[in-house]
Amino acid sequence: MAKMATREAYGNALAQLGEKYDFVVLDADLAAATKTGIFKKKYPERFFDCGIQEANMMGVAAGIATTGRIPVVSTFAMFAAGRAYEPIRNAIGYPHLNVKICATHAGITVGEDGATHQCNEDIALMRTIPGMTVICPADQAETAAALETALTTDGPFYIRLGRFAVPDVHGEDYRFTLGKSDLLRAGTDVTVVATGFMVHLALEAAEKLQESGVSARVIDMHTVKPLDRDALLAAAKETGAIVTAEEHSVIGGLGGAVSEAVAELCPVPVLKVGLNDTFGRSGNVPALLERYGLTSDQIVQKALAAIAMKRS
Amino acid sequence: MEKSKLSQLKKTATNVRIGIIESVHSAKSGHPGGSLSIADILTYLYFEEMHIDPADPKAPGRDRLVLSKGHAAPALYSVLAERGYLPKSDLLTLRKIDSYLQGHPDMKHTPGVDMTTGSLGLGISAACGMALSAKIGNEPYRTYAILGDGESEEGQVWEALMFASHYHLDNLCVILDWNGLQIDGPVEQVMNNTPYAEKFASFGYEVVSVDAHDFEQLEKAFAKARQTKGRPTAIIAKSVKGKGVSFMENQVGWHGAAPNDEQYEQAMAELTAALKA
Repeated sequence: MAKMATREAYGNALAQLGEKYDFVVLDADLAAATKTGIFKKKYPERFFDCGIQEANMMGVAAGIATTGRIPVVSTFAMFAAGRAYEPIRNAIGYPHLNVKICATHAGITVGEDGATHQCNEDIALMRTIPGMTVICPADQAETAAALETALTTDGPFYIRLGRFAVPDVHGEDYRFTLGKSDLLRAGTDVTVVATGFMVHLALEAAEKLQESGVSARVIDMHTVKPLDRDALLAAAKETGAIVTAEEHSVIGGLGGAVSEAVAELCPVPVLKVGLNDTFGRSGNVPALLERYGLTSDQIVQKALAAIAMKRS
Repeated sequence: MEKSKLSQLKKTATNVRIGIIESVHSAKSGHPGGSLSIADILTYLYFEEMHIDPADPKAPGRDRLVLSKGHAAPALYSVLAERGYLPKSDLLTLRKIDSYLQGHPDMKHTPGVDMTTGSLGLGISAACGMALSAKIGNEPYRTYAILGDGESEEGQVWEALMFASHYHLDNLCVILDWNGLQIDGPVEQVMNNTPYAEKFASFGYEVVSVDAHDFEQLEKAFAKARQTKGRPTAIIAKSVKGKGVSFMENQVGWHGAAPNDEQYEQAMAELTAALKA
């Protein structure tokens, strides 16, 4: 199975889509890491380095968008959603400007750089902004498709990308629909709703559950906002228990969004796999995933616990 | 400047000030001091300097104005009303529920407002984006941004100023409203960020210092900005906060307070007298 970091897929797609669409790219001194450097090499006249000034970069992007030109803005998630939250909220979100924020190095898979650079709060921050679309792609095909959708859909987008290579979960014939989740595996006992990096681990967990006779449905919830409520209602009704899996805090992210929706639509147990209200630390990615419980085994345990809850 | 033009500009600016007082009085809240200090600058921009058409407020080739010190919204709304973008009677709906005249400028719902502002430091960045976009598209429109002196304590302001200079945005003209006062007191006491001319010069700007209430100086400064190539221009405009209403002039307390009925009558009497002078 092919493996590629979603930031890499983003960089490739950006350079490719540059032929088809007339957008400009802004970065804050991280083009080599965010992979916007690939675009920069191909279209130097459409690339603008803002230096290390993320707040200003968001405001500049807003100004560009008011003139009818589309800016794609990249930096690390920590410095986009974190550092520049308020410019995004007030200068991009409030006037609903056509700015595409593609934030890389999201979550704990940043690895050795440690807690200051591991943004586990960005989904929560971005999805509270009215009108903001939030997408967290699981693999390269989804990343490219999400980017093209963002470029052709009016309004502010936040696309969350990772540093660490992930295996493909979709084939080449993949078709992305904004706000419509992908059913990756049918199941009847429990549903695992995963986003981004955790999607392939959700599939792995479903395999393990199958071995113990548990039928787990797996949903790839690439669009965290607007959330696919229909798929959640069906999952709650048909499987009666849900586990969410995300490389993000369990507070306010996918788990929060799913809990909010399920509580309104059809209350069933919802257990969450994610960062448990904690900061990360330095370490290699496998060690970090193990330490913070972002594993298929953890998903299996939560799935069994959720099933037990519905029986009690 | 011709005498008749000068007296017309003065008259228009006084009408803009009347609109500020009427709207803030009607709203029972708002920011009269920093609105009155930029009334002449906005009047010059909207009546002389900018290439705009009130009948087509979203024309792609128009000049842009970003009120980075967004709390001076009453001044912007008043000049827009004076220029014909909106009915003057709407000024009395300022800050009221269902009004399109929000406490701080909202580009989505107010004709003539080019950028949503209010959180200090954001507008100047957006102005840089507009100017950069004009450069990318090789379009001739110009972008003007009005900064507050207190606002310039925000770090983002200097990020943006650095950006404009780095990208040689000579189509950007920054006007610093140097009224010397902010909410907690004189700027020099709250967080001294002077000297301005030296700072802008060191950031690579063409710097012009003017009296913010002198139309002839403003005319020369904006002409200079238009002629300047290769770098942005900063007009350091020394102003009087509360200008035009005697009891508001240079008073910290009028940063964000509305006049009561008695004060309103006095302010209106002064401005009406100025109109007739």
